Order: sequence, then C-alpha cells, then structure tokens
Amino acid sequence: MNKETTSSKIIKWFLISISIIFVVLMLLLPLITVITEAFKQGAAVYAKAVADDYTVKAIWLTLEATLLAVLINTVFGLSAAWSITKYQFKGKKILTTLIDLPVTVSPIIAGLIFLLTFGRQSPIYPLLQSWDIKIVFAVPGIVLATIFVTFPFISRELIPVLEARGNDEEEAAALMGAKGWTIFSKITFPHIKWAFLYGVVLCAARAMGEFGAVSVISGHLRGKTNTLPLHVEILFNEFQYVPAFAVSSILVMLAIIILIARSVIEYRGKKRIKE
Amino acid sequence: MKRTNRSVIPGFGLTTGITLAILSVVVLIPLASLVVFSAQMSLDEIIATITRDRVLSSFKVSFVTAFIASLINAVMGIVLAWVLVKYTFPLKRLIDGMIELPFALPTAVAGIALTALTADTGLIGGFFAKFGIKIAFTQIGITVALVFIGIPFVVRAVQPVLEKLDPAYEEAAGVLGASRSRIFWKIIFPEIIPAALTGFGLAFGRCLGEYGSVVFIAGNKPFETEIVPLIIMSELQEYDYASATTIALVMLVASFVTLFLVNLVQTRNTKILKGGA
Repeated sequence: MNKETTSSKIIKWFLISISIIFVVLMLLLPLITVITEAFKQGAAVYAKAVADDYTVKAIWLTLEATLLAVLINTVFGLSAAWSITKYQFKGKKILTTLIDLPVTVSPIIAGLIFLLTFGRQSPIYPLLQSWDIKIVFAVPGIVLATIFVTFPFISRELIPVLEARGNDEEEAAALMGAKGWTIFSKITFPHIKWAFLYGVVLCAARAMGEFGAVSVISGHLRGKTNTLPLHVEILFNEFQYVPAFAVSSILVMLAIIILIARSVIEYRGKKRIKE
Repeated sequence: MKRTNRSVIPGFGLTTGITLAILSVVVLIPLASLVVFSAQMSLDEIIATITRDRVLSSFKVSFVTAFIASLINAVMGIVLAWVLVKYTFPLKRLIDGMIELPFALPTAVAGIALTALTADTGLIGGFFAKFGIKIAFTQIGITVALVFIGIPFVVRAVQPVLEKLDPAYEEAAGVLGASRSRIFWKIIFPEIIPAALTGFGLAFGRCLGEYGSVVFIAGNKPFETEIVPLIIMSELQEYDYASATTIALVMLVASFVTLFLVNLVQTRNTKILKGGA
C-alpha cells in the first residue's frame, strides 16, 4: 500500500512538472519574448514606435472594427438566442448550424468570400460604384470580415443558458400582459447577464486580433486600412523588429486584460449559479 | 419560417427577422457568392488547379502538420486537464487561466513571438541549432505554431468530463483490488476518449485553416513550408481569383467533413455527460 502511494506521488509531480514546463515554454515564453524584444533598444525607441502616427491610426481602426463587431453581434446574438429558445419552428436545426458555420471557415476564406461578394468580379460591383460605396479594400470590408469571424460568439454563450432555464417565467409574464421589452429586460436579461458579458469578451478578443480575414480584405493601405495586427505584419516584414514587437506589446496587454476579465466573469457567473 | 407551435411570448417576428437579416448579409450571401463564382468554372479547370504539384504539396504540408500538432495537443491536453482537475498545487489557477491565452492573443503576435524564439538567434532556436535542428522556417516550426493555437481545444473538452466523472467507479475498482494504472486505463480513459476526440477534431479544423501564427514562422517556401491558406493568399495577390476560389472550396469541404465528424462524436459525448448511455 505504501509503495502505491509513493509511486502515485511520483506520477503526480511528474505530470505537474510536464504541465508547467509545457505551459511555460509554449505560452509564457512567447509573451515574455514580445516584451523583451519590444524594449531591446530602450524605452525611448519603444515609446517612439508606440506613438507613431501609423500605430495610433491602427489602434483607432482596431477599436472601431472591434466595437462595431461587438455591437452587431450583440444585436444578432440576443435576437437569435431569443428566437431559437423561445419558439418552436421548422428549420431551427439548420439555423443553428448556419450560425456556427463561420468559426469553421478558414480566416483566409472568410476574407475571400467578401472579396467575391463586393469586389471587382462581383455582379453588384457596378451598382456599388455608381453609389460610390467602397467595401473591399476599405473600412466596411474590414468590419464585415470581423463580424463574420466572431459571428456565433455571443449567441453560442446565451442559447445553452436560456435553454436550461426554460420559458415558464416569460410565459407567466406574457400572460399577465407584460410587453416584449419588459419581459426581456426585467426577467430574461438578469439571468443571462454573465453569459452575455462572457460572449462579449470572447468576441472582442477575437475581433481585435483577427488577422487572416482582415488581411485579405484590407488591401494593406497604410494609415487607412491597417489594423494593429496588420501593422505588426508590415513592420515585421520590413525587418523593423523593435517597432513590430512594441506594437505587439499593446495587443499583449489587451490580451491579458481580456484573460483577467474572462476569469472574473466566469467566477462571478459560477457563484451566481450556486446561489 | 413557420411557427409550428404558438407561444404566448411576444417578439417572434422581430427577433427571427433580425436574426435572418443579419445572417443573410454576413454569412449566407458571401458564402453563396463563393459557390456561384466557382460554378462558372468547368470541372476540368477545377481538377487542373487542384492537381498542380505546388497545390498538392501544400495540402500535404497542411494536413500533416495539423495532424501532428493536434495529436501532440490531444496527449498534452489530457495531461493538462488531468493535472488541473485532480491535483492541487501552487499557481494552479494561473495555469488554468493561461490555457486560454491562444484565444486571447492575436495570432500575428503569437506568430512573430514564436518566430523570434525559434529562429537560430532565438532562445529556443539557438539551443536546438547546436544539434543541427532548425525549427523556424521548417515544418517543425509550423507544427510548433499550430500546437500553440490548438492547446485550449482539448483541455477545455476533457476538463468538464473529468470533473463530472463519478468517483464511485474508481473507488469500487480500488476496493476490488485494481491497481491505479489499471483503474486509469480501464475506467477513466474510455470515459475521456470521446471528449479528447472532440477536442482533437476542433483543434485539427482550426489548424487546417490557421494563417496568422503560421505565416511568419513558415518561411513560405513552395513544396516545403507552404500551407494551403498561404497558397490561397498568394493566388489572391496575383489576382488569380479562380484558382484561389477553387482551392478555397476544397478546403471548405475538408473543414466541413471535420466538423461533421466532430458533431457525431459530440452527440455521443453529450449523452454520456447527461447520464444516458
């Protein structure tokens, strides 16, 4: 019996060591590399790279695309979750499959489909031109591609929560004469608040970091259609390593904030379920 | 869409309408345009594009690296999930939070950081260079980037199954005299295999399409380190939309097949989690 416990102790610490080594090598080391490379030539060079005009413009464009993607996916996620969980209708299974589709599509293909839909070889291209609407190689294209890659992120968090809760309370409220918005804001939303916030955080994380899809649709116009990840690529390919890592460090900080927000939301959400 | 059962809850028309409108503009119409565009090409053209040597070898590189990376992640994912569920040790919460990093860190940043680390001048690359092993700009480098991208999938698939596993079976086996390794392989392992397979499939699907983290570390040498998304990208840069679309279509079919298989496993998995058979 004693032998058994010593051997299981050895296995325990062996597995923990492997796990820690793996996490440190694969996850922690890349993060540290970004910071050390960014400050390799001192704080002044770092500050100059971060305060650069193109960097500032890229930050604003990234924020704009992220904000719009979160906003539209919020409207979509709440509507889709409500429609799917509150009513019975034909084709529901197909609808949920279609909503999940974008995450399985390669980001490059996500960019490509918008290029084909709104680009020069599209049948509606002359129409767009006569109205002077630019989508491809412009900000609207970037926003559309960002919405596409984050499409199911919010609805996916809401649907299981709403399904598990059932519709009794909403039905009772409706029978007592409550309007749709009142039912949603007074009864439904308080229960899905944490799941919703969780979805928003995941959506924002992916939106600010999206690279492939945005890369295809942006046309790489510096100062106009460059998001932060695209700006990193340009700098890196121009062998401007310190500025590339300095700009990356902004994204690393955002990623760390997102990870902390994620665990706080998860913790608060779990506590709520226990109550 | 027709409601089959009237509900008293208001808002069916409004919410379903908004859902379908946004779904159409963002997903359905763009995906349809891919199908419409490729329908203009003849089957011969499509086959000729796909069977070009450079395209075929990019498919091989993509599948092999994605498969190996997902396999590594399946093993490491089970180990990590096991350690996080069964043991307590210092910094456990931090490690648990770190697992999610590949979802939060932009892929381009991960890509340049891993390239800097594994190039001959980097911390890890320098170490392996002493033994004549190159990591960055080889298929090993691509695999490293894909391992990074795929870590969370298996861990997050296996973790809930391990948490819900009824300890009564382990205890019963222990009382009956089974050794710990026998308990693991005969009782626990069969339970977590479907979850690990789901995670493997999700990671594999993601790795097949991955671009951002791979583009920097791959070096993009044709026939050697060129993956499918890179070929599509270079066709686009040459304005060869027909080739790009054809290759994209094959990729799309491959990822849908992967997703379909994952769903098959997952349906079985949910049944187990919910206590059915």
